[in-house]
Amino acid sequence: MAIMQSNRSLKGVVVPHHKHTEDTESVMFQDIDEICIPMLQHMGAPCTPIVKVGEQVTVGQKIGESEQFLSAPIHSSCSGTVKRIDEYMTAAGVKTHLVIIANDHQYQVSSEIQKPQIHDYQSFVDVVRESGLVGLGGAGFPVHVKLSYKDIDRIQKLVINAAECEPFITADYRECIENTQNVLDGIEAVCKYLNISDVYFGIEANKPKALELLDQKTANLPHFHVVRLKQLYPQGAEKSIIYATTGIAVPSGKLPADCGVLVMNVSSVGFIGSLLKNGMPLTLKRITVDGDAIKHPKNLIVPIGTPIQDILDHCEMNTTPKKVLMGGPMMGIAVSDLQTPIIKNNNAILAFSENEIEPYKTTSCIRCGRCVAGCPMNLMPTMLEKAYDRRDAEELNELQINLCINCGCCSYTCPAKRQLAQKNQLAKAFARKHSSVK
Amino acid sequence: MEKLIVTPSPHISSSRTTATIMRDVVIALIPALIASVIFFGLRALLVEAVCVISCVAFEYASRRVMKRDNTISDWSAVVTGLLLAFNLPVSIPIWVAIIGCFAAIVIVKQLFGGIGQNFANPAITGRIILFVSFASHMTNWLPPFFYKSDVDVVSIATPLTDMASANTLDLFLGNVPGCLGETSALALLLGGIYLVVRRVISPTIPLVYIGTVFVLAFCFGQNPVDQIFAGGLMIGAIFMATDYATSPMTTKGKIIFGFGCGLITICIRVFGNYPEGTSFAILFMNIVCPLIDRYTKSKPFGIQKQQKGA
Repeated sequence: MAIMQSNRSLKGVVVPHHKHTEDTESVMFQDIDEICIPMLQHMGAPCTPIVKVGEQVTVGQKIGESEQFLSAPIHSSCSGTVKRIDEYMTAAGVKTHLVIIANDHQYQVSSEIQKPQIHDYQSFVDVVRESGLVGLGGAGFPVHVKLSYKDIDRIQKLVINAAECEPFITADYRECIENTQNVLDGIEAVCKYLNISDVYFGIEANKPKALELLDQKTANLPHFHVVRLKQLYPQGAEKSIIYATTGIAVPSGKLPADCGVLVMNVSSVGFIGSLLKNGMPLTLKRITVDGDAIKHPKNLIVPIGTPIQDILDHCEMNTTPKKVLMGGPMMGIAVSDLQTPIIKNNNAILAFSENEIEPYKTTSCIRCGRCVAGCPMNLMPTMLEKAYDRRDAEELNELQINLCINCGCCSYTCPAKRQLAQKNQLAKAFARKHSSVK
Repeated sequence: MEKLIVTPSPHISSSRTTATIMRDVVIALIPALIASVIFFGLRALLVEAVCVISCVAFEYASRRVMKRDNTISDWSAVVTGLLLAFNLPVSIPIWVAIIGCFAAIVIVKQLFGGIGQNFANPAITGRIILFVSFASHMTNWLPPFFYKSDVDVVSIATPLTDMASANTLDLFLGNVPGCLGETSALALLLGGIYLVVRRVISPTIPLVYIGTVFVLAFCFGQNPVDQIFAGGLMIGAIFMATDYATSPMTTKGKIIFGFGCGLITICIRVFGNYPEGTSFAILFMNIVCPLIDRYTKSKPFGIQKQQKGA
């Protein structure tokens, strides 16, 4: 089938691409002495370590487990000895544990790893759960939870998110190019076990090679639509990509599943493809390493738990970075400590010699309306800011603060350089706290 | 090891700032500035310079007196100064122009909180204050190229008071008596196109405003082409009605705003006592802008359906 051109899209802003690493093939980087694995790498309940200090572990061995449904097990990404188990605070401020493993550099694989036996929907979901897979695109939502439907028949459309609209990041693009077969196999498996009839593969127009390659590979699959998305940030936001690929507008307060849609990140389905072949749990992650402080920007495949410092040393630095981000510049988290390890849903490490937003001074709102024109959720950030400054929970709810996806378009586009996205986050928490009485 | 900077996302920002926007508006006003000097001579430049300098000085002084941070670097006072000068006749006494600048910057803009907080467009309001206070100075129109004439010039009527004798081409080029920057529709349109191309303004308000005047002029038996090129309509529609602070934020609001401006302008021109209605129309719509904003909020994504179901 020919590539489908998507002309509809939710609103957004035009951001610079900086996709410097798009043509650099990913390289494996495993020369790490100490692997630090947090027991919370997903949305949901933290895991409890099931290994003890001094214990020998192997690649793929489960080291963290939780009985909660909304959670995902965690596996060792190297072989070696458990050196310490520390207290650890995640970037989101949740307290959990950090399992530190002294890597023996042997990468001996656990004897329990074998090709999974899948015969039906339930065993498929179980295998996905045991693999520790979480949404690799961003939020880290456990995939087995996403795939667990009371009524699987209502899901008819699978949207594959390969928009990769954040500047710099090319990890998903490299996944499309380097891991094509696994991506397609993963999609096929999801379609088979969930009985899904249509696949929409959304890629932003700035990645023509990926678009062509996928179109070629799926030429004889009539249910497979490769969709060329307009270049606009945030095309990869869940509701944005559903709308751009299928035309479905997910109502506020509803889930994509209520509209018969399942959205999965391309790297997530690529992982499922390889999982079905070798049964290896999620222990490796492809990340883009870039930013002006990096001498050799590239895509790396690293064990989960690799400290950022090791990655920066490997790619070498031009200068001491002032700001290091996990993720893209629009939604990524600025880290305070270079010992912070890579977790499952990281897709980039960006190191900058300057804080780009530093020279901009916040000035008065001039009511230009750019934040309103750029909000993918059609909110009015300037009015939200005023309502929050008045601590007016009622007004915040009326303006639908809960819909904010924290994409950062409002802050990015504001000529007065107001921190609207940050205010929205504060306002969202405030409104939630003060509207429960209603 | 040096400490890393931690800030909330996003970590990048567009290069557009309030200052670059205001600078673009100044650039867009340059064709009209050149036209004013061609048609009304060097005194036009003097009036413009006086207005820009006084506006910046009043802005600086009022921020100092109110102990607020200095905002003259955002170029907005330059824009106000230029626009106010463009709304004055070339014969205006300098002291009257300075009073206008005081009214615009100190009373209308700074007393209400400065940039973005003013409820009405400072230049428009400044012009109206001068117009009602110094009516004879504000309506002393000299013909274009009067400065080349050897004989003493006498003031004459503007095209709006004497529509029958207007020549469409002269109106378009600006070769007619009138305020400094308002006469040349061509120069103003060039500036308007620049602003739209640079995405400083959306074309909604100017198109709806001018379109409304055009259609209603036709309905009221006027020459619609002459009506849109004459008087302050072009400068009002392109540069003053599009002032962010005093116009609605959503497209729907902008359409209502533009229509209201057009309706009032043509009604004053055709039925009112004054020959020109642009300033009053924009001022009135400025005042109802918060009301328009209230009823034209953008609909959050996916909300409509939920309400139907609820």
